Amino acid sequence: MQTDWIWGLVGGGLIGLGGAVFLLGNGRIMGASGILGGLIDGTGRSNLWERLAFLFGVVVMPLLLWPLYNVKIDTHLTDKWEVIVIAGLLVGVGTRIANGCTSGHGVCGISRFSLRGIVATVFYILAGGLTLALFRHVWGLI
Amino acid sequence: MKRILLSLLAGSLFGGGLFVSGMTDTTKVQGWLDVFGDWDPTLAFVMGGAIIPMVFAWRIAEGRKPLVGGDFPKPPKPELDHRLITGSVLFGMGWGLAGLCPGPAVASITYNGMGGLVFMAAMLGGMALAPLIGARLDRLADAV
Repeated sequence: MQTDWIWGLVGGGLIGLGGAVFLLGNGRIMGASGILGGLIDGTGRSNLWERLAFLFGVVVMPLLLWPLYNVKIDTHLTDKWEVIVIAGLLVGVGTRIANGCTSGHGVCGISRFSLRGIVATVFYILAGGLTLALFRHVWGLI
Repeated sequence: MKRILLSLLAGSLFGGGLFVSGMTDTTKVQGWLDVFGDWDPTLAFVMGGAIIPMVFAWRIAEGRKPLVGGDFPKPPKPELDHRLITGSVLFGMGWGLAGLCPGPAVASITYNGMGGLVFMAAMLGGMALAPLIGARLDRLADAV
């Protein structure tokens, strides 16, 4: 659709405002994998409620916005279970080993001109593009 | 309490932003990565739109303290270690395969069907395994 990029920019702006609130308010970096991961491996026990409140907002806000859209929202997630499981495992392991994902390294890292954030972003985009090219166009598996 | 409310506000902005930008739609994310297919530039606009307020936020943070007290996160050491590279490559592979990264996976959990729940379970499982795999990688890196 022609308006997709406008909504991308608007939505991106909201994401950045969220990051700004988390940083200037709580003094923390808004990274989805870090906030989630700290709950899983126990490293986030000291600020458990801060993490849960954040995740609650992330889950609930789309539900509140949902009625404003009169079209059915489809995530187009693949129905191949093996792809979903392998992808989920890779995302979970990878983001924790790299200590960040699209929000932490991408949004928060690049905006402070962090070399680590920029390098991580380059590598996960290249790996994602190459994986998709191989699995979709070369092997036709996804 | 203030910390919890600010957290809720940040999470709501983040979740709302992911929703309206279309980033919980895996075709838009895979569309950005798919340079050999029907390329979709939306993700670049989302990233750009998110980075702009954050550039200002980092500027404002200079020489100040967070609202709730404490200190701002220190800049990370500039060194690029094997964990950053290997982890990002593994993450990117999963991201390309399914078109989901952690933020959108959480934001879409109520409307992503059974597949979304399975992805979440697998991702959390991966996060639980990460310390073990990370330690393995460290030993491997030492040996090389």
